[in-house]
Amino acid sequence: MKKKAKKIRKKIWFITLLLTVITVAEVAVGIYFNRRVLGAGSSAWASIKIGYIILTLVKAGYIVMGFMHLGDERKNIRITILAPYILFISYLIFIAIQESDYINAMLRMYAE
Amino acid sequence: MAADAAKVIDKDTLWGGKISPFSISYGKLMMWFFLVSDALTFGGLLVAYGYQRHKFTGEWPLAEDVFHSLPLVEGHFPLIYVALMTFILIVSSVTMVLAVEAGHRMDKRGIIKWLAATVAGGIFFVGSQAWEWSHFIHGSNGYVITAEGKKAHLVTEGDKTYHHQHELYEKAGLKFEDGTTIPAGHQAKEIIEHSLKHVQGANLRENEYGPQLYANFFFFITGFHGFHVFSGVVINLLILIQVIRGTYDKRGHYEMVEKAGLYWHFVDLVWVFVFTFFYLI
Repeated sequence: MKKKAKKIRKKIWFITLLLTVITVAEVAVGIYFNRRVLGAGSSAWASIKIGYIILTLVKAGYIVMGFMHLGDERKNIRITILAPYILFISYLIFIAIQESDYINAMLRMYAE
Repeated sequence: MAADAAKVIDKDTLWGGKISPFSISYGKLMMWFFLVSDALTFGGLLVAYGYQRHKFTGEWPLAEDVFHSLPLVEGHFPLIYVALMTFILIVSSVTMVLAVEAGHRMDKRGIIKWLAATVAGGIFFVGSQAWEWSHFIHGSNGYVITAEGKKAHLVTEGDKTYHHQHELYEKAGLKFEDGTTIPAGHQAKEIIEHSLKHVQGANLRENEYGPQLYANFFFFITGFHGFHVFSGVVINLLILIQVIRGTYDKRGHYEMVEKAGLYWHFVDLVWVFVFTFFYLI
């Protein structure tokens, strides 16, 4: 019982280290490679944004599966929690980018 | 009356059968369902932010320009304080997991140690957020709209903030939007004193950083999240008191700590998303 507890604690510290390293990397990139340095429309800035989103999803995954122990639960509760959320959020992100891109283009074209 | 809360409902009434279909208790299941609904609320807010913000690609300020101070120290430290807040919140989440793990082993002293650390981390975060708000609202030197209707930022040597207007007007140079500058001196002072208005700090109508929506979204999203952190701290404190009193020891299991832990991790999770979308992108 003690051995298993030690293993669990090691896993927790490993996830902590991972989250810290990812956060430090994100902040460093945020300070040195920001929108002003790279240019708002450039593809480098777009890749950095995608990189941030992917890293954030990785962090979120580790927090939900590791810290909230959803990874240790049965499959049916995992699916019940994750499936609606993943579906909704993917749709919301898609529609937000799609519509705001359109509005942005319209404003550029017709506003002064 | 309080004793009723601890009475165990028999399984036939609770699940209409023998066991929970998900193999977890009623309380834990309901906490998960609440977290999903709250996550969708925050998701809606962040999407609204993303949509509105994309209309303003040019004038939307860079987070490094707005959030570059540390409390009690002078200087330019872009994003450092926010990074520290994020780190402290993650660490408080880790201490919470360790508290839950101690609960599995019925280690009361371990729980008290780790839960107290979690409460301390939460209080630090809320205090820091309060400081960020006050600093954001107070602002620095701001900008003026000159008599000809042109916008110019007040720049000082070493980015120093002056709290008295006459001192500021003496020491400030002007930087216009097209890049032209006027160094500090008599000419700059004349222009500033005859300007139409001087915008400093932030309120819900205008702010010195960018469009009106910038301050509005900052207050609403960080405020809504900060409210969740505050309520989480209160809940953790109440559960800590119950642990010390031995209520859960008598009950035989520390599942209440686990449920509070779920809420606390949710708060951390939302902050990870807010941090990315508001401060980095």
